[in-house]
Amino acid sequence: MGRYVIRRLLQMIPVFIGSTFLIFFMVYALGDPVAALFGDKAPDPATVARIRADLHLDQPLWKQYLLYMGAIFQGDFGTAFNGQPVTELMASAFPVTLRLTVVAIVIEIVIGITLGVVSGLKRGRPLDTGLLVLTLVVISVPTFVSGYLLQFLLGVKWGWVRPSVSSDARLDELILPGVVLALVSLAYVTRLSRTSIAENVRADYVRTAVAKGLPRRRVVTRHLLRNSLIPVVTFIGADIGALMGGAIVTERIFNIHGVGYQLYQGILRNNAPTVVGFVTILVIVFLVANLLVDLLYAVLDPRIRYA
Amino acid sequence: MPEPDPYENPKEAVAPTGAGGAMDLAMSEAETLERGGTGRPRSLWSDAWHQLRRNPVFLVSALLIVFLVLIAIWPQILTGADPLRCDLSKSQQGSAPGHPFGYDTQGCDVYTRTVHGARASITVGVCATLGAALLGSLLGGLAGFFGGWWDALLSRIADVFFGIPVVLGGLVFLSVVTSSTVWPVVGFIVLLGWPQIARIARGSVITAKQHDYVQAARALGAGSGRMLLRHVGPNAVAPVIVVATIALGTYIALEATLSFLGVGLRPPTVSWGIDISNAAPQIRNAPHMLLWPAGALSVTVLAFIMLGDAVRDALDPKLR
Amino acid sequence: MLLEVRDLYVEFRTRDGVAKAVNGVTYSVDAGETLAVLGESGSGKSVTAQAVMGILDTPPGRITGGEVLFRGRDLLKLKEDARRAVRGAEMAMIFQDALSSLNPVLTVGDQLGEMFVVHRGMSRKDARAKAVELMDRVRIPAARERVGQYPHQFSGGMRQRIMIAMAMALEPALIIADEPTTALDVTVQAQVMELLAELRRELGMGLILITHDLGVVADVADRIAVMYAGRIVETAPVHDIYKAPAHPYTQGLLDSIPRLDHKGRELYAIKGLPPNLTAIPPGCPFHPRCPRARDVCRIDVPPLYRVSEERRSACHFWEETVDASSA
Repeated sequence: MGRYVIRRLLQMIPVFIGSTFLIFFMVYALGDPVAALFGDKAPDPATVARIRADLHLDQPLWKQYLLYMGAIFQGDFGTAFNGQPVTELMASAFPVTLRLTVVAIVIEIVIGITLGVVSGLKRGRPLDTGLLVLTLVVISVPTFVSGYLLQFLLGVKWGWVRPSVSSDARLDELILPGVVLALVSLAYVTRLSRTSIAENVRADYVRTAVAKGLPRRRVVTRHLLRNSLIPVVTFIGADIGALMGGAIVTERIFNIHGVGYQLYQGILRNNAPTVVGFVTILVIVFLVANLLVDLLYAVLDPRIRYA
Repeated sequence: MPEPDPYENPKEAVAPTGAGGAMDLAMSEAETLERGGTGRPRSLWSDAWHQLRRNPVFLVSALLIVFLVLIAIWPQILTGADPLRCDLSKSQQGSAPGHPFGYDTQGCDVYTRTVHGARASITVGVCATLGAALLGSLLGGLAGFFGGWWDALLSRIADVFFGIPVVLGGLVFLSVVTSSTVWPVVGFIVLLGWPQIARIARGSVITAKQHDYVQAARALGAGSGRMLLRHVGPNAVAPVIVVATIALGTYIALEATLSFLGVGLRPPTVSWGIDISNAAPQIRNAPHMLLWPAGALSVTVLAFIMLGDAVRDALDPKLR
Repeated sequence: MLLEVRDLYVEFRTRDGVAKAVNGVTYSVDAGETLAVLGESGSGKSVTAQAVMGILDTPPGRITGGEVLFRGRDLLKLKEDARRAVRGAEMAMIFQDALSSLNPVLTVGDQLGEMFVVHRGMSRKDARAKAVELMDRVRIPAARERVGQYPHQFSGGMRQRIMIAMAMALEPALIIADEPTTALDVTVQAQVMELLAELRRELGMGLILITHDLGVVADVADRIAVMYAGRIVETAPVHDIYKAPAHPYTQGLLDSIPRLDHKGRELYAIKGLPPNLTAIPPGCPFHPRCPRARDVCRIDVPPLYRVSEERRSACHFWEETVDASSA
């Protein structure tokens, strides 16, 4: 187990460096962070040169990257477009997005797995077929469409919820945005658990459990579910990162001031430190979530633990 | 290995039963039953085609896709009007004779714009899928076939791309690489899309490589290139086609999302994503502006995803 | 009688039509007796056993007729709860492939102990102690240390011992072993078979041994039932069958065993293929492959003729067959 964790940690390092360097390259090499500082005004060449030197932009790219990463690990993420340190933006934005993601993940797990299990156990029946079609439809409607529609119907037309989220972003306000954010993943989780259950229902060990005279409930929860959920867990883990990144659309629709909002502002204003800083944190979240999933995977499947 | 069965059924000895020797008798009995005993073995593809022809989901989605492709090429089939000719005085008006979907904020005809929007979506979807599928199956196939350090390197590189959230990556990349054509969007989707295909191709090449007849061909001295083309390739293609078809749908949705965020396609290109983005703030006053392009987009994505789903079901009978 | 299967019919609905897997099977097992059920894949021997256990996949399977009398009660008429109480406790099953038949994510101790927790209401701790006891009983070395291990950590032979222990756990009256040694190495097969026979003797259980290995049968079985196309074609005490088969199919099975004293001779094989169960030939289902087939075989389904007190054969020409093979 210990060796497994260490191996996974070591594998994370090149991925972390690769992903952050890629983003760094796009922002600093393809874009022009200094020009953005001045907007439409033509800057004074001497000032530009001074700023470039301050930001190490006169150094080769790999050195810039190293300097930047060095600063990040000392907690210095640079300054945002409005003069605030990027870390301050993060402190206000990340808790909001984290709450939103948690709401989405919980919805995804509870509803998705329940529907998937029911559907998988009733394979081929009308309920199963209906759910399968429904999940395809849900997957096909892009988040920004379903977001506006639900906001319009539930928030404006029927007035069940407030159409936009206040600056506190309380949990109860985040339920609708959480549903919107989770919707596509929810459909994937349903399909994945359905397939997995339907496959495992025919497995030999399930037949053994039935032959042992176990009650149906015990066969399903203790024998079938645990084996079937292993692939679902992997998906959900990988999805945590995707959801935090995907929150950018949801946050825009519901006017939530989270990570997506700050990043969007950063990109619009071409503020390099905001963009690279936020993305770096997101990449770390993504990698850590994947590591946790791998560990959970090993807990669920002893064949991996003892490999 | 158990002793050879003295009265082994010759048909079973030829037909691989899938899970190999691990299958217990009750299962193999059931399998014999399912295959109907003496049925003529059909090839994977003709069996799949036989299956698909009778599947209403496949027929509906295939027809829909043919229709969408036709109007992407010749939007004139459905409308003779110019999507860029707008009349501000008709801003946000509802449907009128000859203009069944009404007008948008700029006073452009929503029907004409919805019809013309198909071209951008289909072009991006098809080009990005072709690019990602070719690049992904080439790299993934080689990694799976040769293994070793090449495989390890490729898997790490794929991980790097997996580590970047797609929409975020799109925002960053497309805000610096700007152009009024579809190519930056296509390029970006290929860039982030190939690892998914590569992973599938790698996995199925590794599986195909372990098949007995491939091992046999290797033992008989078949060269690497010949093995890949003749034996491994055809067997690895099916999963790639399935994933690519479904990916095509999701790429169209991704293009629309990026256009909605203002970094994908840009005017004057007519795109459902742009129209939805413009319509969204006006949803209370003029919901028709949002509904038509959003509906067209969703139906298009659904058609490709349904097609992929039907093809997968046909190629992978064990999930049926 | 401990178990009597009477005129059992099972069908499977498939894409190519209705497959008639079991067509009027009748057999019985007494306490302390071992019945070997022989037949090739698709003969319906496993399906019959699954119907007896009540673990048939329904759908696609369906029991369309017959009775399964266990200690005088017709199991097919019981409610699912009552049926479940019989399964595992009064009759148990051993499957062919222990690796896939054991749950990969639970320890063997959990899986063995579960029998006691569910059927006897024991605490987990007591059940674990019972599990160790059982593992000792099937002679797994270091049972106390290995009770917390997972199936994949055991060898094939040891896993099959665990399956046996699980079936024996509640000392059932009847055990059905479906090809219990087929998936094992030849060297281990004999040990596992010996263990099974020994435990059966000690506990005085009835045993239905489903197999296609005639070598195993000769050593442990009391009686043999031969199945073909979902029917019993011959049933007899074990020594009678080896001496003189009363059905051409049994004859064919015996002739196709490689024998040392027949070295150099070409190995016999029954010509043709087993029938398609969606279209079983009319008359005697074996007639297309039978060397003795005559016109009557193509028309009349042979009943189970009485050969002797303990012996039946479903062949119109059983006398001829017996004479030919004893000559």
